[in-house]
Amino acid sequence: MKRLEQEPTMVEEPKKTKYDRQLRIWGELGQTSLETASICLLNCGPTGSEALKNLVLGGIGSITIVDGSKVQIGDLGNNFMVDAKSVGQSKAKCVCGFLQELNDAVKANFIEENPDTLILKDPSFFSQFTLVVATQLVEDSMVKLDRICREANVMLVFARSYGLTGFVRISVKEHTAIESKPDHFLDDLRLNNPWPELKRFVETIDLNVAEPAAHKHIPYIVILVKVAEEWAQTHNSNLPSTREEKNEFKALVKSKMLSPDEDNYREATEAAFKVFAPRGISQDTQDIINDSCAEVGPNSSDFWLMVAALKEFISNEGGGEVPLEGSIPDMTSSTEHYINLQNIYYSKAEADFLSMEQRVKDILVKVGQDPSSISKPTIKSFCKNARKLKVCRYRMIEDEFRTPSVAALHKCLADEEYRSAIGFYILLRAVDRFAATYQKFPGQLDDGLMDHDVAQLKTIALSLLREMGCDGYMVEEELSNEMCRFGAAELHVVAAFIGGITSQEVIKLITKQFVPMSGTYIFNGIDHKSQSLTL
Amino acid sequence: MADLDVPQSKSRDLDKLLLRHGNLVDPGFFPGPQLRDDIREFVKILVVGAGGLGCELLKDLALSGFRNLDVIDMDRIEVTNLNRQFLFRLEDVGKPKAEVAAKRVMERVSGVEIVPHFSRIEDKEVEFYNDFNIIALGLDSIEARKYINGIACGFLEYNDDDTPVRDTIKPMVDGGTEGFKGHARVIMPGVTPCFECTIWLFPPQVKFPLCTLAETPRNAAHCIEYAHLIKWDEVHKGKSFDPDVPEHMKWVYDEAIRRAELFGIPGVTYSLTQGVVKNIIPAIASTNAIISAACALETLKIVSACSKTLTNYLTYNGGEGLYTKVTDFPRLDDCLVCGPGILIELDTSITLSKFIEMLEDHPKLLLSKASVTYGESNLYMQAPPVLEEMLRENLSKPLYDLMGRVQKDTIHVSGTSLKDKEKQSIQTKLRVVFKGADVVTDMDTAIGA
Repeated sequence: MKRLEQEPTMVEEPKKTKYDRQLRIWGELGQTSLETASICLLNCGPTGSEALKNLVLGGIGSITIVDGSKVQIGDLGNNFMVDAKSVGQSKAKCVCGFLQELNDAVKANFIEENPDTLILKDPSFFSQFTLVVATQLVEDSMVKLDRICREANVMLVFARSYGLTGFVRISVKEHTAIESKPDHFLDDLRLNNPWPELKRFVETIDLNVAEPAAHKHIPYIVILVKVAEEWAQTHNSNLPSTREEKNEFKALVKSKMLSPDEDNYREATEAAFKVFAPRGISQDTQDIINDSCAEVGPNSSDFWLMVAALKEFISNEGGGEVPLEGSIPDMTSSTEHYINLQNIYYSKAEADFLSMEQRVKDILVKVGQDPSSISKPTIKSFCKNARKLKVCRYRMIEDEFRTPSVAALHKCLADEEYRSAIGFYILLRAVDRFAATYQKFPGQLDDGLMDHDVAQLKTIALSLLREMGCDGYMVEEELSNEMCRFGAAELHVVAAFIGGITSQEVIKLITKQFVPMSGTYIFNGIDHKSQSLTL
Repeated sequence: MADLDVPQSKSRDLDKLLLRHGNLVDPGFFPGPQLRDDIREFVKILVVGAGGLGCELLKDLALSGFRNLDVIDMDRIEVTNLNRQFLFRLEDVGKPKAEVAAKRVMERVSGVEIVPHFSRIEDKEVEFYNDFNIIALGLDSIEARKYINGIACGFLEYNDDDTPVRDTIKPMVDGGTEGFKGHARVIMPGVTPCFECTIWLFPPQVKFPLCTLAETPRNAAHCIEYAHLIKWDEVHKGKSFDPDVPEHMKWVYDEAIRRAELFGIPGVTYSLTQGVVKNIIPAIASTNAIISAACALETLKIVSACSKTLTNYLTYNGGEGLYTKVTDFPRLDDCLVCGPGILIELDTSITLSKFIEMLEDHPKLLLSKASVTYGESNLYMQAPPVLEEMLRENLSKPLYDLMGRVQKDTIHVSGTSLKDKEKQSIQTKLRVVFKGADVVTDMDTAIGA
């Protein structure tokens, strides 16, 4: 049985070639979702500009820059997108012009307006966007914008650069990813639970074949299924569970080796652990199918509708397992055995998919939706990735501020590895409170008031800690002093780093591939011991 | 926010870091306008590579107070660069990367001088690299990193107590990216591990067993590599395969399809063929921006001491959530590249010829066809023939005499090493100590060579 995929044409379109290196990561579908997305950027200092630059280079659909400031001489020292000619002009206009040159396929607009004002005066402005990148906002504006975007179901990413520190924080009610593409994930071979067709195929192969070449080209899947069966016969139909049993099993596999150069048997011994693995679904999968969103209704998203189908599948024809992923890793084998195995795995995956497809259709009808509204390719991808689904949820900023997890806070404050990160987290909030009172950030001006600023900042930090239920803790002296030294400086390298992280998260959110960060990422440019804090 | 009636300075933000005292700073931090101005006027940074990392590095360094930059890159701009190498436009395709990159940054950041070098790193004199305070690497190959590492560590000298001589330490900042992953590291030769000290960090390249390619292919990559590595030579005797020639690539693709059809293997596409043959690494703007920024930040910190430095290796992964980790890798005291050199004890009677023989059998070296230099002088060179002939008479002389009868000193040897089962040409230092030699304390009483 041959399943050959041929390329219809080899003509290299310029657009496709330009994006070649990134298409190899997120594919055509990912690229399309980027090209149809509209992004709003608030404040185009270096942090926002650098974040947007990376998105524009990648072919984002459209950008709208909101910034009311004029280019100052100081901006020439930290922002690549303004130059000497732009001093005195609208910063939004200049940055927009530069970005447009970077990629003429992107629709670039700007609005000369202070984002804080816009947030107050015209909240409905944000509903038109796929995602808002909000940079260098103070707490008060962050909270307001967060409410607006949650209400309008617009994705939101906050980013801030402050001296040698800064943060990135996603704020989205729920983000689901089917193609989470983890780096390392166990293959789905079902060596611990072979289905009838696989067993039948394995039966047709004799491990004790005389011819040496044939003996060493039997794929390890066959070897392990056979040895597992042999073991089960003499162990009451059980699989190896204790340490001794596992070692015995491996020895049994090894005993069938005829000579030390038989790579297939070496691979079988190394892969023996796949036989010992517990059957059924992982805790992660369990959590997802037990999530309250899996109780679907007419407003359920495609993701949850498919999860509902998955839940049914697992308890019925799945026999406690998810749909088979369908691919097998490369292994020492004759071409013929390998291709036959591939076909067997492919067929079962295909059969599982057809069951799932039917269940999805039935559920769609049940909730009053068009049964064809979820496409075949989508369901197929869901089945292939059933073990790797990801659900991310983010607290609203004001909730995190009002009721941070005290347990998590105490843990961080007591942990050497987290202390600087939590220190900066608190200081980043403290400086905004300082600014609200004193109309400047601590240490921002060379006004001879550094000592006063330091003292006030420390007081504010202490009161914040108290509010957060962390009486008795302090932010390290040195950190508070450094924070005042930073004086709200927006250094290009820090902005480029933070902007880079921001753009990467935006891409993951829009393509719905890979896994977005969780919590608040606190950047520590002093020793690079940055941390993500989920409060 | 606040009203500022003071005249604006371009370095408004950097000044906060360079002009103000700090707490978590390196020893040797002297904040003030002098520091800022000295960086501008005197510090020279070399950026190696003008690609994904290089473009970002040039921008980052230009906007971090550096005015004297050089950039070296032997490549020309290609269309596939444009999704991340933001200094290049479609109309620049075909032009040298180093030249266009330098020009673009100078256009936007006034005051910065960038000297482009459109050449291979091997074509520069070793002394060229000594001109710079710091070398920032934006490379995409292990070989290139090894090369620069060898050069930078070659400048390193050691005191008698095996501590590095501070003025000879040539810091390097090295970045690398692949998809959503990357790393940034600080290399202070003699202090932190050099590239060679941590060579084990780099996984060996995927090589398919020959019998798989020849007899039992199972997937598309096998078919492609068969066409590329086996069939090409069979059919095109003598003509070497060039992945940049479209006809060559198409030939491999067609052959791969034929083989795949023969074995019933799916999945051969033109894109995959290119990927496998050229070993294409997927690349995006964001990861390059992140890693370069980290490298540039460290460069600024090393030069100015305005904050503590990364100690010493940052691992980054942005695909599964966000993961950064700092590891303090240790140096290898006996590193062949950044160490004081392997200690070799010799009798004063050993001839240069015998010494060269010994190098072949030395377990840590396995160096054959060695050439030997001592300080400025060549003691023996295997090539070119003219030089070899001139120096041949040294072979029968005692090494002790050739080295001016010093009790111990450093010499350099180069040749072909069979270590790690692969032949490679290496250059390394050796510390030679002569047993039974009179310890000479006064130059006047030294028995002249």
